[in-house]
Amino acid sequence: MTSAAILLAVVSAASAQGLRPYAVVGDAVPDSLTGTRGDATRGRALIVERTSTCILCHNGPFPEQKSQGDLAPNLSGSGSRWSEGQLRLRLVDASRLNATTIMPSYYRVDGLNRVGRSWLGKPILSAEQIEDIVAYLVTLRD
Amino acid sequence: MRLLGCIALASALAGAALAAEIPQDQRRSGYSFMSADTKAMQDDDTVNPGMLWVLDGEALWKRKAGTSDKSCADCHYDARVSMKGVAAHYPAYEKAFGRPLDLEGRINLCRANHQQATPLPYESRDLLALTAYVAQQSRGMPIEAGDDPDLKPFVEQGRELFMQRQGQLNLGCANCHDDNWDKKLAGSAITQGHPTGYPLYRLEWQSLGSLQRRLRACITGIRAQAYDWGSPELVALELYLMSRARGMPMEAPAVRP
Ligand code: HEC
Ligand code: HEC
Repeated sequence: MTSAAILLAVVSAASAQGLRPYAVVGDAVPDSLTGTRGDATRGRALIVERTSTCILCHNGPFPEQKSQGDLAPNLSGSGSRWSEGQLRLRLVDASRLNATTIMPSYYRVDGLNRVGRSWLGKPILSAEQIEDIVAYLVTLRD
Repeated sequence: MRLLGCIALASALAGAALAAEIPQDQRRSGYSFMSADTKAMQDDDTVNPGMLWVLDGEALWKRKAGTSDKSCADCHYDARVSMKGVAAHYPAYEKAFGRPLDLEGRINLCRANHQQATPLPYESRDLLALTAYVAQQSRGMPIEAGDDPDLKPFVEQGRELFMQRQGQLNLGCANCHDDNWDKKLAGSAITQGHPTGYPLYRLEWQSLGSLQRRLRACITGIRAQAYDWGSPELVALELYLMSRARGMPMEAPAVRP
């Protein structure tokens, strides 16, 4: 994606699916999905929890968590490499940045195939959970 | 325009072919990713827990069942001779159904047609035991499934199911087992997903389990809808995996973490 091409796309379909609408500007979602700032402490706890799925693939500064993945970059320093808005788009829908990525889209319910009954129509994480995780990731500076 | 279109298509196809297969000389059984302790447990029949099912299977082989009051041995005699190498060819094409059957499906067909007994439920102790006993007769022999020309469309179906992205996590089998088998998912080795050892004893299950159980676990892991036991989709996946592992030695009953 070229940074010159500033694209403003209001995802209007999102509200119809029970997701909050958000605006993509360039390679970022600059505004909070909830309108408020997330809680970094809760965000860290969410990442370390297996059910959030992050550490299946990623590793990072989580010495208490013995099982971490190595399919994806180390999360240390994420906040130095990316802005808050860039991190938010990465979580909401990483496939917009790299169509062949294996990183799941955490705030998307359309365009998926054979989703299991218990998960159908639900995003992997809620808007609040994403804001908490973003608030934590921006603190990871090296 | 037309030429550009052709080039784009050709390179897309080349890309797909590249991603599809692990080179022959790099294929590795799940065994090679295990700790020395777990390998030792598989290697020694006196401590391999899967052998308990094999022993049960041997007893069931000789037990008469159904209205015809026949045992497997009444038709097939000594399994060590008649069943040698059989499991290495499964899933196999079944003419009467026009589609492949896996080993469990074949055992249940013999029960229905020849013993006139009710089929054994998937994952029941008896079906696992009989399957383990039959599969053990192919230990060390190379996998040879998928050669039959009648199987071709089913191998292709299995390959497509292996490649497709699915579930809430939107991942395909190939994303892990072709592209990332040298990596770790939350600390466990991903492996190349070769079905060399089934049915096998999994420490996490504390039980013997079938290949279908393993596949359903991976499918649920990516939060997709698991195919039903015995469904054509699961058998096609089993068939594709076996043909992908052609030439690798059979290990049943294996042990896995
Ligand atoms: C199935 C694998 C997978 C899962 C699960 C996953 N990611 Fe990722 N992630 C990746 C990959 C691979 C990349 C590298 C870039 C790409 O492919 O898009 C990445 C990139 C990132 C980046 C940018 C890293 C950098 O510095 O370049 C961040 C931040 C990130 N992920 C956070 C998360 C968080 C937080 C979660 C959980 C809510 C998560 N990821 C879940 C695979 C995954
Ligand atoms: C996100 C990663 C991931 C995806 C996607 C995935 N698997 Fe797996 N698979 C694993 C891991 C990790 C293991 C090893 C688990 C263990 O033994 O602890 C495994 C094990 C297996 C095994 C057992 C290999 C052995 O040595 O016994 C088979 C077969 C398999 N997978 C097939 C599949 C198929 C078919 C699909 C798609 C329907 C699939 N997997 C999707 C991660 C994945």
